[in-house]
Formats: sequence, structure tokens, C-alpha cells
Amino acid sequence: MLAVYVILDGYDFGAGIIHLFFAKTEKDKKAITNAIGPFWDANEVWLIAAGGVLFFAFPTLYASSFSGFYLPLIMILWLLIFRAIGLELRGQIHNRMWESVWDKAFGLASLLLALFFGIALGNVVRGVNLGMVANGVSTQEAHYFFLPLWNPTFSPQTEHLGIIDWFTLLLGIIGVVALSIHGANWIIFKTNSDLNAKLKKVIFNLNFVLLALVIISLLVWHIIEPKPFHNFIKSPLLWIFPLITFTGLFGLFKVKSFKKDGLGFLFSSLFLFGGLTSTVASIFPKVLPSSNTVNPSLTLYNVAAEEYGLSVGVYWFAIAIVLVAIYMVIQYKVFKGKMDDVGYGEH
Amino acid sequence: MEDMLFYDRMQFAFTITFHYLFPQLTMGLSLIIVYFKGNFLRTKLEKYNDAAKFWMRIFALNFAMGVVTGIPMEFQFGTNWAKFSELTGGIIGQTLAMEGMFSFFLESSFLGLFLFGEKLLGHKLHFITGFLVFLGSWASGFLIIATHSWMQHPVGYEILENGKFVLNNFGALFSNIWLWPSYLHNQAASLVTASFVVAAIGAFYILNNKHSEFGKLFVKTGVVFGLISSVIVAFPTGDMAAKNVVKHQPVTFAAMEGIFETEVGGSEIILIGQPNVLEKKLDNKIAVPNILSFLTYQKWEAEIKGLNEFDEKIYPTNIPGLYYAYHIMVGLGTIFIGLMLIAAVQLFRKKLYKTKWILWSLLFMLPFPYIANTTGWYTAELGRQPWLVYNLLRTTAGASPTVSSGNTLFTLLGFIGLYLLLGLLFLMLVGKIINKGPQIIKH
Ligand code: HDD
Ligand code: HEM
Ligand code: HEM
Repeated sequence: MLAVYVILDGYDFGAGIIHLFFAKTEKDKKAITNAIGPFWDANEVWLIAAGGVLFFAFPTLYASSFSGFYLPLIMILWLLIFRAIGLELRGQIHNRMWESVWDKAFGLASLLLALFFGIALGNVVRGVNLGMVANGVSTQEAHYFFLPLWNPTFSPQTEHLGIIDWFTLLLGIIGVVALSIHGANWIIFKTNSDLNAKLKKVIFNLNFVLLALVIISLLVWHIIEPKPFHNFIKSPLLWIFPLITFTGLFGLFKVKSFKKDGLGFLFSSLFLFGGLTSTVASIFPKVLPSSNTVNPSLTLYNVAAEEYGLSVGVYWFAIAIVLVAIYMVIQYKVFKGKMDDVGYGEH
Repeated sequence: MEDMLFYDRMQFAFTITFHYLFPQLTMGLSLIIVYFKGNFLRTKLEKYNDAAKFWMRIFALNFAMGVVTGIPMEFQFGTNWAKFSELTGGIIGQTLAMEGMFSFFLESSFLGLFLFGEKLLGHKLHFITGFLVFLGSWASGFLIIATHSWMQHPVGYEILENGKFVLNNFGALFSNIWLWPSYLHNQAASLVTASFVVAAIGAFYILNNKHSEFGKLFVKTGVVFGLISSVIVAFPTGDMAAKNVVKHQPVTFAAMEGIFETEVGGSEIILIGQPNVLEKKLDNKIAVPNILSFLTYQKWEAEIKGLNEFDEKIYPTNIPGLYYAYHIMVGLGTIFIGLMLIAAVQLFRKKLYKTKWILWSLLFMLPFPYIANTTGWYTAELGRQPWLVYNLLRTTAGASPTVSSGNTLFTLLGFIGLYLLLGLLFLMLVGKIINKGPQIIKH
């Protein structure tokens, strides 16, 4: 569900970043907000629903990670608020200053959100000091921790970890670049704006950056996790996920020659989906690794809810997912094709 | 530790109070919009469609505010109440996750269609999308109240050795005797807010001599819906809710009503009075004998337990707060019924639009349903203290163990600043919509 969230709301963030850097004229801006306007709210529900499902299926993980990542999570909430009001309020009053304030709020919030989500992924890969071990003893229950935003060394390998260190920041930047590409693809897909030709060039160039960053991150990965390929060697079928990632990545180099505007979006979705699933596959069954040797990592098995609850959950969840799929089909059917004229925000 | 808990509670109380200002209008308003749109389909009179569209714009703004302030609510269970989430997540996680999956998706998908799809969909389908938005918002209220009812009156659970609550009966969550009175009461209360808002804007238009055609329609609709819902709030739903409290949380009830001593021969109902917790009595009271016993048990002489019969350790933490919250809610409820009754009589006699003082009263009533709803929630929440899960889990045992008070205070201040900004922007934009009026939308 988180993967779906990243792919869907990811294009909103990306569109926000594009909006910040590349939308120069009023027409460009209109095109971008039209392309995401009717969708962002429903996309954001994926985050809420993913949070809810995490809560009921893995209460311990929910409790541990939400309180441990307290500060960045609250900041993400604030940013989500700014992004939403930026998008919703800009069209309400026609005044240059008003509009440019909310444009910047929307764009910057999107940029920071993309960065934060990358950093979050980095934290999950790197692991945290579970039980807040100092000098070999836990000072908290084994599954609780708290991370400050950073520590002065910015190193992912000290005893006192911070949310932001050079490794998580690297993943944060990958997040920004990848989602910018993704957002640009969505805009191309949903509008006929003058921006489209320019955006294809931007995607092409950014893709080189993305490739370089991905290679660097893979090189430093083994510093963090000595045996990153362990799971892949054990079950070779898992290679399908990295394969998907690279299909997406290389597909994007051909963006200028695509006949169909939706194709680019498809490839960037593949990249995001593949990247996330490969990461999960690589740390499985861990869901939050422990950075110390005293307390064990949180795994899928030691954080799940009790059996009865989960088994009823499966029933209603199946029904709900079918309903959600139906809503999405209807929604995207009604707002199909190019959306330059929807007039979002002018109601 | 103590002040950490204090900031956690302040943050929850502040953010939920602010959040609930918006859903209470959207839930009720969605029904009224569906009514307008339905009337348009039936009569084909343009004015109903314009009315629906006008309220839709106010709805949309409220909805957006509800969404952005609602997300922090859900996150806060994990961030600030980690211990509570860990112990009870297997149960309250169910209903909260269902809320996300069943209602938020429904609402948000169809709201987009409802707001932008009128031309694409045609009026019939447009009506249906509106209806689905209504359904989603009421389902959301249902699941939230189901969660809340479990905290007030836990059912269908088992406690493991490690202290975790696990579910053993899914159906019990929804047949909880606390749930239905509470839900119906809350939804009726939400309709009260929406009706008063619609009536107040209508009165504003008439008094201002602007858009008076719509003014009359709004006042009429607001008064009819307002009368019905104000009555339902008091009886049967408020009455049922109160009976649940007497039966299952007698100490809470005693504090709500301000009864310090059990009275022989039936309890009086307190109209006015200030609780004096130190001396365990009520100052300056005005009361009517035996009414409370009758209202509660339909017997004039029935005995109602006073606070003196209970151990102080299980007293609600904030007795005066609880007492005032409850009396403000009930007092306002009585005033609402009175005003709406008079307005309805004048409406029936076709004199309402000329009776200035009633129109002014309707206009000035605008903030009071919000106050009644908020104090209603304070009654429920303060009444539950010192428990998170009634009789089973203390509030002190629920907070996040690793988050320090400095961090919570920091985020609390951040929320206050941000919500202040949001509130100002919201008022400004609503003001703009109201000022423009319904007709402008005709292109
Ligand atoms: C317009 C708002 C409004 C009005 C006029 C009233 N209420 Fe109310 N009341 C609420 C809005 C509300 C609420 C916000 O909807 C609450 C908070 C929790 C809940 O379920 O509903 C509530 C809670 C609540 C509770 C606490 C239930 C619990 O502990 O869970 C009781 C006993 C009553 N109400 C009783 C009444 C009575 C007897 C009223 C008679 C006039 C009344 N209310 C008017
Ligand atoms: C919208 C309506 C609600 C309002 C206005 C409201 C208000 C409050 C207030 C004022 C407090 C602080 C009580 C105190 O500090 O003594 C509180 C606490 C709390 N409420 Fe509610 N509440 C609402 C709905 C809910 C619901 C639906 C839930 C559960 C799903 C809930 C769960 C909690 C929790 C976990 C706390 C923190 C612990 C505590 O101090 O009791 N509340 N709420
Ligand atoms: C602790 C309590 C609460 C939590 C955790 C919570 C959570 C949320 C969340 C996450 C949203 C945003 C959903 C979206 O994106 O559409 C939301 C909106 C909403 N909430 Fe709450 N909420 C709480 C209290 C309440 C209460 C007490 C009610 C009513 C009885 C309520 C009714 C709604 C409704 C109707 C919406 C839909 C949006 C709107 O109409 O404004 N919520 N809530």
C-alpha cells in the first residue's frame, strides 16, 4: 500500500517540484494544477489508509516507529498541510502576491516532502538504535527508540544516530530526482501544455543524474548492510524487483521518442515500484533493523497483531480494496485524457 | 514524565477540537446539499441547483480543512500515544483502518467528481456522487464513534499476559451498546450545526437585502432541519446517551450533574451552580426537586448515587470542567429547541421573513452549535478520565515512552501557530464566498 501511495502521491510531489523550477507562465502553472487537482486528495488517502492498516496489522511497529520518528513525522504533517493549502487556496483570490506566495508554498512543501520520504526510506534501511542502547544496556523497552533530526557527525554508523546523515540524505536526493521525473511524466501525460517538450528534455537530463545516484547508492550500500544480496542469493526469484527498477530507469532514456504520452509515466512508476520492492526484499523479514547488538531487529513476525484480529481484517480489507479499485476506475474514467480545461481551483 | 503527559494531552485536545470544527459541519451539510440537489431533480427549479452549488463551495473548503487537520489526528496515536497504540492497536486499529479504507476513499474519490464533474456527468449522476459523499462522511463518523465507544465501554476483547488487548469478537465492536446512542446523538448534533449555519447565512442575506430569494430558501430549510435535529439531539438520543452513562459510569454521571451527596427521596436537577470540589458542594445553586430522578429512571423517587459513594481514586480528574461542559451542552440544546420552535411557528404563519428579531437571533446563534458540539465531546472525554480505556487502562500508561516533553511542546506550539493561520485563511475565504452569494455561480 505504501508503494501505491508513493506512485500516486509521488506524481503530485513531482509536479510540485516541476512547478517550483520550471513553470514560468501562468498557463504552465494552470496546466500543472489542473493535472493533479482532482486527484491529490484521493491520493493522500492512500497514506492515511496505509497508516491505518499499519496500525491494526502491526501495532507494535506502528507504536515504535511513529514515536521514534516523532519529529520528522510531525514535520511531514505540517508540510502536507502547506502543500494542500498551497494548491487549494492559490486560485481563490486573483492577486499576484497571493498567488506567488501559495505557488512557493506548494512547490517547496512538495520538494521537502520528496526529500523526507527518501530520507525515511534511508532510515529504514540503515536501522535505528532500538531500545536506546547506551554502553551496552537498553534504557527503554526493546522496541522503543527516539531519533533526533541529526547528530553532529552526520554519520550512519555511530551509536547515536540521527534521522539525517550522509547516507539517508543520499536516498533523500534520489527521492527528489526520481519524483521530479515521475511528476514531469504525469504532466506530459495529462496535459497539452507548452511545457511538455521542455519537460521531456528535463527528464532526459535528470535521468542521467538518477542513474549516477543509484549507482553511488548501491556502492555505499554495503557499508550499511554487509550482506545486501543475501536474500537475493537465497531466492533468486527476487531478482525480478531490481529488474523492474532498471527497466524503468533505462526506459526513461527513450522518453523523447515515445509516441504515447502515458509511456513515460509507466516507466517512472516501474522504477519507483521496483526500487521500493527491491529494498523491502533486501531487508526481509526485517521491517526495522536494529543498529545495536543488544536488541533484535523488528521483523514481520514479532510486530504483527494477534491472529483473530488479522483474520477478520483480511475479509473486510478484501472487500474494501475491490471497492477502492472501482472508485479509482470511475474517477480516472471521468477525468480521462488531457485536463487543460478542467479549471481547477476556480470554483 | 508528568509534564510530558500534560503536553501530549494538550496537543491531542487542541488538534481534535480544531479538527472537529470542520467535520461537524460537513457531515450535516452533505445531507442538506443532497436535499437541495434532490429537490432540483424533482422540481427542475434552478434555484435549488444554485443553492446546492453554493453550499458545495462552502462544503469543499470545510472538507479540505477537515482532511488536513484529520491526518495529524491519526498520526498522533502512534507519535504521542505509542504505548496506547501498541496495547490496543489490535482493536481500535481495526475500526480506524476501516474508516480509511471504507469511508475516506469513498468520500475523497467522489468529492472530486462532485465538485468538477457536473457538466461531464449530468444531473442524475451528479446527484448520486453527492449522495456517495454524504454516505462516506457518515460512515466515517460511524467508525470513529465505534472506536471511541470502545474506549468508553470496551467489548469483545481479551487481555493477554503481556498486557495487550486482543479482539475476540469483531461483531461486538458494532453492537456495542454505547455506540448507537452516541452515534445518532453525534450525527443529529452535526445536523444541528449545519442547519444553524444554513439558517444564519439565510438570515444574513434577508437582513442585508442581498440575495433575499436565496435567503428565504436557506432560512426555511435551516429552520425545518434545525427543529427536527434539535429535538432528536435531546430526545431520544441525548437521553439514551445519558442513561448509558448512569448505568456504566455512575461516578461520571454524578460529576456531570454536580451531585455530591446521594439524596434520599429523589434527586433534584441543577440548573445553575458552581461546583466547589474542596468542600464537596455546589455554590449558588438553583435546582428543581426530583426532576433528575424522573428523567433518568422515569420514577420521581429513584435514587441517584452522588460522588460521596465512590472512591476518590476513580473520580473524573476534572470535575468542574466536566460539570460545566455538560451543562453548557444541555443548556444550549434547550435554547436551540426553543428558538427553532418559535421560528417554525412563524414560518408556518408565513411571518418569519418579516420577524426581524428572530432573523437576528438566528444569525447570532451561528457559533453556539459549535460550542455545544465541542462541550459535548469534552463531556465524553473528561468523563472518561483518568482512563484511556474505561476501567482498564489509565491515561498515564498510554503516552509514548521516548518522546520528551520538550519535543511535544515544540510540536504543540507548531500546531497552534499553523492552525491559527489556517483558521484565519479559512474565515477569510468563507467570508468571500458568502459575500459573493449564490447567484454569481451562474455563468
Ligand atoms: C449540537 C450539539 C449538541 C447538543 C445540543 C447536545 N449534545 Fe450531547 N453531545 C454532543 C453534542 C450535543 C456531541 C458532540 O455529539 C457528543 C460528544 C460525544 C458524543 O457522542 O456526542 C455529546 C455527548 C453527550 C453525552 C455524553 C455521552 C458519552 O459520555 O459518551 C451525553 C450524556 C449527552 N450528550 C446528552 C445530551 C442531552 C441530554 C442533551 C439535551 C439537550 C444534549 N446532549 C444536547
Ligand atoms: C471530535 C471529537 C473529540 C473531541 C473534541 C475530543 C476531545 C478530547 C479532549 C478535550 C481530550 C483531553 C482530555 C483531557 O485531557 O482530560 C481528549 C483526549 C483523548 N481522546 Fe478525545 N475527543 C474527541 C474524539 C475522540 C475520539 C473519536 C477518540 C478515539 C478514537 C479520542 C481519543 C482520545 C485519546 C486517545 C485522548 C488522549 C488521552 C486523554 O487525555 O484522554 N477522542 N479528547
Ligand atoms: C481521534 C479521533 C479522530 C481521528 C484520528 C480522525 C482522523 C481523520 C482523518 C485522518 C481525516 C482525513 C480523511 C480524508 O483525507 O478524507 C478525517 C476527516 C474526517 N473526520 Fe476525523 N478523525 C477523528 C475524529 C473525528 C470525529 C469524532 C468525527 C465525527 C464524528 C470525525 C469525522 C470526520 C469526517 C466526516 C471526515 C471527512 C472529512 C471532512 O468531512 O471534513 N473525525 N478524520
